[in-house]
Amino acid sequence: MGARVDRMSVEQKKSESMPVFSPELAARLDALVLKYPVKRSALVPMLLYAQDEVGYLSDAVLAEVARRIGISELDVRSVATYYSMLRFKPAGKFNVQVCTNISCMLRGGYEVYERFQEELGVAPKGVTPDGLFSLEEVECIGACCWAPAIQVNYDFHDELTAESVPGILDRYRNLAQNKEKNA
Amino acid sequence: MPRLVSHPDEVKIVTRRFGQGAAQIDRYLELGGYEAVKKCLAQGPEWIVEEMKASGLRGRGGAGFSTGMKWSFVPKQSAKPKYIIVNGDESEPGTCKDHLIFLHDPHSVIEGTIIAGLAVGAKMGFIYLRGEYRYLLEKMERAVAEAYERGFLGKNIFGTEAEFQIVTQSGAGAYEVGEESALMESLEGKRGVPRIKPPFPAVVGLYGGPTVINNAETIATVPHVIAMGAAAYAAVGTPRNGGTRLFGISGHVERPGVYELPMGYNLKKMIYEVAGGVRGGRGLKAVVPGGSSTPVLLPEEIDIGMDFDQVGKAGSMLGSGGVVVIDDQTCIVEFAMRTISFYAHESCGWCIPCREGTDWLKKTLTRFHAGFGQPSDIDNIRYLAENMLGRTFCPLGDAAAMPTLGFVKKFRQEFEDHLHGKPCPYARAGVPQLTVV
Ligand SMILES: Cc1cc2nc3c(=O)[nH]c(=O)nc-3n(C[C@H](O)[C@H](O)[C@H](O)COP(=O)(O)O)c2cc1C
Ligand code: SF4
Ligand code: FES
Repeated sequence: MGARVDRMSVEQKKSESMPVFSPELAARLDALVLKYPVKRSALVPMLLYAQDEVGYLSDAVLAEVARRIGISELDVRSVATYYSMLRFKPAGKFNVQVCTNISCMLRGGYEVYERFQEELGVAPKGVTPDGLFSLEEVECIGACCWAPAIQVNYDFHDELTAESVPGILDRYRNLAQNKEKNA
Repeated sequence: MPRLVSHPDEVKIVTRRFGQGAAQIDRYLELGGYEAVKKCLAQGPEWIVEEMKASGLRGRGGAGFSTGMKWSFVPKQSAKPKYIIVNGDESEPGTCKDHLIFLHDPHSVIEGTIIAGLAVGAKMGFIYLRGEYRYLLEKMERAVAEAYERGFLGKNIFGTEAEFQIVTQSGAGAYEVGEESALMESLEGKRGVPRIKPPFPAVVGLYGGPTVINNAETIATVPHVIAMGAAAYAAVGTPRNGGTRLFGISGHVERPGVYELPMGYNLKKMIYEVAGGVRGGRGLKAVVPGGSSTPVLLPEEIDIGMDFDQVGKAGSMLGSGGVVVIDDQTCIVEFAMRTISFYAHESCGWCIPCREGTDWLKKTLTRFHAGFGQPSDIDNIRYLAENMLGRTFCPLGDAAAMPTLGFVKKFRQEFEDHLHGKPCPYARAGVPQLTVV
């Protein structure tokens, strides 16, 4: 018993000294819960915004979200597992989401998807070894008239061909490099 | 950036301000914005509802229910607060029209939401966008902030006694959350599992209060109906189908895009004239007329007017207005397989006919397309789909079963061509056939 209590207090200290969210995100989430007549309405966007910053829904994120909303962690997990954009493992810094649904399929969505697999050397749901890219096939993203379409994180790219794939990847590689330089 | 298209046959009502910087409030005002809501404040709730009824505007989310009727079902007196919800979950494959509304004319959504609130006596509205539409949510949020700054939202809007608040909300990936009661669950911070009906949202909706939920295009249309007058709006369409629709034409056409055409516009003309015909001069094989859940039409069935009643008579549905055009070098079995894979992925799993039915259909069609079909499969697919119809908790089950039935009934020969271990006779070059799951 004694050892367990000690361990808990160590973990508690750790979480106090290492906040899960940046001050900016914490402030944003503080404001978020005040928007609604009922606090819990903030849950789904809160999980998404937390994931945007942390990269995925880690145990620490889930616990912190549960605390902020005032519900159990289990309840948070039950909701989080429903939504396809929420993930429990890190993705790449740039998550490439290729739509292969009907309108995109008809205009070469699968060819685009395969070209990404080749260029990145990863299988579906894979992450590149440098952690820069991850790749997944997604359902319709609401860009059917500009098919085939993809999203890289939240950015849309549309009217693609397999040939436009390397250029898109280069753009994001440069973006990452410039960020590093500026940092 | 999504490309804007244009065609002389278009009647630009809802898209009137597209591409003109109307996301910025001053520009929106210059273009006549927020005049309709002022008119409504002067005229009062009964007048608004009567105008909506007279306009013949029917819901653009899919089912085509009369907007005025829907609003009239909300009880006048209510112990609990009433709410308006704008459904911007837009996830039906083939549909991308709300995308353009949020991008080019977010204030029309705000104005429409306020008018809906005035009509039913609600003081708060929620604008729910699918999680993938982050850049559009940011556009909406900026527009909402501008409207607050001007006193168009908040307490005493436009200097009157009226109050109206708007809250924007992000989803996080779920087609089923587009279903109205599932969306309310999601807005309450829960899994998107639909609610039993009745009671209907107009009586018991969000947080238990009477709620109007409308599609984003429906709401964005409202200020235009008020501004031009119900009679003028109704006159643009066909009987019982007022106004225009944002038709999204995708797939194998020369000029895919979102076109605003009068209700009842001929489908054949839409494909061959507006969208420039089938890509590369190929032949037409099939048309999905209103988003992936609507049964497929054959080339000889497309000489019809695109309104709810005429497409219904042709054995399909106008749905979300997403027209998907399929050329003669496409494999219908693969198309059916991809369609059902979507529904299997999106089934919320709450009821068995949908959860199991979509999964079995997906497995059977995948095996079938891979060349491991049995002659009995074709009838089994039909049997499975028929047994889902009308037996599921929410309409997603029907949305999965109906198109599947259409494909096997209308393209039976093509299914038979896949039998006996033969490779897919219509396989697209370079696309490997899927392995058996
Ligand atoms: C599975 C499913 C998904 C739906 N998705 C959407 C959607 O993404 N957007 C939408 O407006 N309506 C969607 N609907 C229809 C809504 O339930 C609802 O009827 C609609 O928002 C009402 O608005 P309207 O009367 O303006 O059409 C969906 C329905 C079902 C059954
Ligand atoms: S039909 Fe049943 S399982 Fe399918 S989405 Fe609706 S409630 Fe969920
Ligand atoms: S089908 Fe790919 S964006 Fe809609």
